[in-house]
Amino acid sequence: MTKEVAVLGVGMHPWGKWGKNFVEYGVKAAREALGDAGIEWKDVQFVSGGDTVRNGYPGYVAGATFCQAMGWSGARVASSYGACASGSQAINNARAQILAGMCDVALVVGADAAPKGFFAPTGGDRPDDPDWLRFRLIGATNPIYFGLYARRRMEIYGATEHDFAKVKVKNAKHGLTNPNARYRKEVAKEDILASAVVSDPLHLLEICATSDGGAALVLTSMDFARKHTTAPVKIAGVSTVTPSYPNTVIEMPNFATDSAAAVSPPATPFRDSIAKRAYEDAGLGPEDMSMAEVYDLSTALELDWYENIGLCKPGEAEQLLNDGDTALGGRIPVNPSGGLACFGEAVPAQAIAQVCELTWQLRGQAGGRQVENAKAGVTANQGLFGHGSSVVVTR
Amino acid sequence: MAKNKVPAIEGWFDMNFNEPHLIGSRCTSCGSYFFPKESYFCRNPSCTSSDFEERPLSNRGVLWSFTDNRYQPPAPYVSPDPFTPYIVAAVELEDEKMVVLGQVDPDVELSQLSAGTTMELYLDTLFEDDDNEYIVWKWRPVSQPAAKGPKP
Repeated sequence: MTKEVAVLGVGMHPWGKWGKNFVEYGVKAAREALGDAGIEWKDVQFVSGGDTVRNGYPGYVAGATFCQAMGWSGARVASSYGACASGSQAINNARAQILAGMCDVALVVGADAAPKGFFAPTGGDRPDDPDWLRFRLIGATNPIYFGLYARRRMEIYGATEHDFAKVKVKNAKHGLTNPNARYRKEVAKEDILASAVVSDPLHLLEICATSDGGAALVLTSMDFARKHTTAPVKIAGVSTVTPSYPNTVIEMPNFATDSAAAVSPPATPFRDSIAKRAYEDAGLGPEDMSMAEVYDLSTALELDWYENIGLCKPGEAEQLLNDGDTALGGRIPVNPSGGLACFGEAVPAQAIAQVCELTWQLRGQAGGRQVENAKAGVTANQGLFGHGSSVVVTR
Repeated sequence: MAKNKVPAIEGWFDMNFNEPHLIGSRCTSCGSYFFPKESYFCRNPSCTSSDFEERPLSNRGVLWSFTDNRYQPPAPYVSPDPFTPYIVAAVELEDEKMVVLGQVDPDVELSQLSAGTTMELYLDTLFEDDDNEYIVWKWRPVSQPAAKGPKP
């Protein structure tokens, strides 16, 4: 297949609160990925950075920042911003360069040094920015949106807070032996439900923390990869879709959805379209996947993703979870890395880290969290302002 | 001396305390509604119009979902001291077929809400300073016995 690129190297800086500059995390991850690939920094032709930001607008221009820190080498560069989806945009930009024949070896890097507590909009008095206004007029923090989605599952599907807590129990178990995870501790359902409610029905232990961390990939053409390794892991599909009008689900940072008064909602709603487009790219479907890494910003949101990426029908996610299908050893393990529950979110690194995990799994290098006989996997995430993100990775 | 009641944001709602409405815009060509107002280009990709009329939106709707916030949010939210938790509702407007967020009447409790509840818009104080009370729209269930208008 001509649309494939190889993942020749992967690297991460462990997630945590390390109190350093984001550049350090990115460079550590990049050096690890280069070492894993057996590639010299000077051989990298294209550097694709995921911008390091707070909510709202790009702050640090990532691509050139990492190039300077690694030592100027003259490589071509691009920087991407798609909020939580920045990483997959950076991946897709590198992939496009390779598929277009403009380069053979690309380095994708994302890293973040996150603030404590709630993500907040950029400061100042900025009444033209919806991200600023949602805090000003409603106090609509990110957990407010997560709480709305969680409550909606309870109202229409009869989900319970026990179902939600079980997602955290599962992911905490998955991440126990992951050396890059920030939280490596089993959590009992009772402890989750006893933790403080942040935004009803979600408790503190069900909402992902903000973390420092860095992740990097060395992506190459298939021809280049075959000269370095016999069986490279491949990126078979990438989706960076935006919604189709009208998007009738309320999304951060908006005050209102689109109106469906004049145009009927699309047959495939935005969140369903995210992985669908990556599957189409890869010529595969959800039935071909051995595992998935999805964006569990909250426990309840992981259940939404089961349906959005086609693992089950709407309203069946709780059943899938309770049957153990999405746990390690189950039919389709979800978040074998431990997910955001064990990592916390390092925004521009997270979509790249998802691909690192699938690569380790597909190489059989995932240790205690290994998915048996892993053949293919899918990632899914979504960035503020309408950024879809999904990558299909195969053996 | 009574403080001036001023909107916390200009032009998003009328200051009619008895029967308030959010102010949206409607594309005169395709009929799509927008809130906040759209005034440059219609966002329906099949429509090339740039002609809009201001429209008061339905001030009743059906509760799509709801949640609350129990921790003080960062600026620019202006919190009372001490912070008081608040409920946020997502309400679906029938005619406009759109979901609009807003805080909920602070006298309403979560247990009084469920998806499908009919909600109505009212105006309430968001925060105040020495001179002004800053007014914003909020939602409350229509069964609320409270009189219309801001709380004393």
